[in-house]
Amino acid sequence: METKVKSACDTCAHFNADGLKKLGIHTDNFDFVVALAGNPNTGKSTVFNALTGLRQHTGNWPGKTVTRAEGGFEYNTQKFKLVDLPGTYSLLSTSEDEEAARDFILFGKPNVTVIVVDANRLERNLNLVLQILEITDKAVLCLNLMDEAKRNNISIDERTLARDLGIPVVPTSARFNQGIPELIQTISEIANGTIICKPHRIKNVPDNIEKAVKTLAAEIEKEFPNIPNSRWIAFRLLEGDTQIINALKAGELV
Amino acid sequence: MNQKNIDNIIELSNELRWQIGDDFHDNLTEGIYADAADIVKDTVQVDHSKKRFRLDSKIDKIVTSKTFGFPIMFLILGTVLWLTIVGANYPSSLLANLLLDNIHPLLKSGAASIGMPWWLDGFLIDGVYLAVAWVIAVMLPPMAIFFPMFTLLEDFGYLPRVAFNLDSLFKKSGAHGKQALTMSMGFGCNAAGVVATRIIDSPRERLIAIITNNFSLCNGRWPTQILIATIFIGAVVPSSISSFVSLLAVIGIAVLGMAFMFTVSWALSKTVLKGEVSTFNLELPPYRPPRFWKTIYTSLIDRTLIVLWRAIVFAAPAGAVIWLISNIYIGNESIASWAISSMDGFGFLLGLNGVILLAYIVAIPANEIVIPTILMLTVMVTGISGGEGAGVMFELDSMNATGDVLRAGGWTLLTAINLMLFSLLHNPCSTTIYTIYKETKSAKWTIFASIMPVILGFVVTFLVAQFWRLFI
Repeated sequence: METKVKSACDTCAHFNADGLKKLGIHTDNFDFVVALAGNPNTGKSTVFNALTGLRQHTGNWPGKTVTRAEGGFEYNTQKFKLVDLPGTYSLLSTSEDEEAARDFILFGKPNVTVIVVDANRLERNLNLVLQILEITDKAVLCLNLMDEAKRNNISIDERTLARDLGIPVVPTSARFNQGIPELIQTISEIANGTIICKPHRIKNVPDNIEKAVKTLAAEIEKEFPNIPNSRWIAFRLLEGDTQIINALKAGELV
Repeated sequence: MNQKNIDNIIELSNELRWQIGDDFHDNLTEGIYADAADIVKDTVQVDHSKKRFRLDSKIDKIVTSKTFGFPIMFLILGTVLWLTIVGANYPSSLLANLLLDNIHPLLKSGAASIGMPWWLDGFLIDGVYLAVAWVIAVMLPPMAIFFPMFTLLEDFGYLPRVAFNLDSLFKKSGAHGKQALTMSMGFGCNAAGVVATRIIDSPRERLIAIITNNFSLCNGRWPTQILIATIFIGAVVPSSISSFVSLLAVIGIAVLGMAFMFTVSWALSKTVLKGEVSTFNLELPPYRPPRFWKTIYTSLIDRTLIVLWRAIVFAAPAGAVIWLISNIYIGNESIASWAISSMDGFGFLLGLNGVILLAYIVAIPANEIVIPTILMLTVMVTGISGGEGAGVMFELDSMNATGDVLRAGGWTLLTAINLMLFSLLHNPCSTTIYTIYKETKSAKWTIFASIMPVILGFVVTFLVAQFWRLFI
């Protein structure tokens, strides 16, 4: 089933509408894995539906997605498998849904992580964004619910935000399919390496901690030269996270 | 990878952890918040000059207030139920007319013309087909109305407010506040409610929510409640207010179910499932105008058809069993009438009768066929005219006719009230039982969740019957 996106972007040179096929639940032989993360009630499931053409029920209450939903789309003959993770506020504690989300980003090694945030509550949402950016360097920020932000007279300087975070920022109103073509294009460019992210690293930590993290991260990089998240592993080791210690011992982090 | 180097890294991290001290976690969290604040300062601008009318918080003040919160909740529940009851009548009789009065005779004559033996024809067409047709006719219209309305409320953002209102009650019963959400799902379908308990993190509280979900009166049971309330309870008041009183009786049963949910949750958390109530953050999301047609579509596909399909799968064998027990004779008696007469004594104790108990046993797969089964069995036992043959479910043209058959079967107001109570308090349907097993992976808790409500039902109906006979 071919579903064309109905928006002005159809005709934009950057978006190849003919190259898009929503694959629903058919995700065999995919080329890339895309994770969908974000706080509860930011419209992740709506973004998921808009990308896959699926009609997963979306509810206006936090915690709607209790099971991990998977779907797919094909863009420019490449197949993308999309995984909708449970919504979480943080990755630092150890409740089951947070662990599920963290483990997938860490061990599932998605080619791209789409972080869906509520444009009306950006500051609170950034807490999770900054944590995810310590784990992966292939991410795009989906600035969702822009229609509500506009109604609330909130304006966001997307360019500065993208520069500060070091990842592309795509404003969307997924409920009305706005911004979805740009999101697809951006996902594809990150997956193919056309866009290289330089994600923000957490800055405001006391000097003694920063020094400890640097020392430890350097050691980790010595052992695993290509690891993207040495700093985050250092954070977790300093925290004494036994799961990460065991994963490191078993070599699962590379 | 060198194991020794890894050990060194871990060694180093242990050493550094000592150096940086206990505040690491807090320092890191504060660091993240400080970064977030910096970024937002440079990128987000809120135009305060335009005066914003905070509609959301205005609505929230009313719907979560101490005075109006509960009345509004019951008003909304009442409206949804009323629309379901009133709206389902017409399509229900239309479907019944089509499936039972038109297609069924057609199938019968078709079977006769190809010379199908009477037992095969009875088994397939009177047993399996009729049960399925009944489930569709009785269940599809109310579901097709209830689920979309419920989904619209859900998409609008009302459910978290319900959870907010009920949170303190659940907390007092030692359960999780999010159980309010799973309870609401249970009003549609208990199996769906049981699956929804996955949003509850603590295993203890999740188990409580699973076990007590059956006290949410589900879609399969609403029609029974409505029919019996209309025939028997509506009849004892003047006709001008009879529909209002019947509606009140049905809502009364639903509220009683909620009371049982709280009481049983409380009893469980004080005995076998002891533990602390976990705290949680409940975000009240902004109200969002639902996208009407999209919501209607998804709720029809996602919920209505899936639940209906499951009911059909389970109803078909039940129909077969009903036909078989009415047509297999041991000596001079069919298995059904033998079972009915042997359960009559126990039924009398409960203010019910053998017919009702047998109907509930064969209707374990799908609660929606309880009423047609009762009618069929009553006609068979009393020998009055109206049926279409042993083991054949049928529908009567009017509620009056149904009432006449039931009264001929010895029904009184007590029978009706106790049937409504027993319909609330009995084992979950087989779909829900299976779902409970899948979710808990424990035979013990599945059996407990299945047996406990029946025992409660026996106790409650027994007490009501004794009081009734003593005082009324």
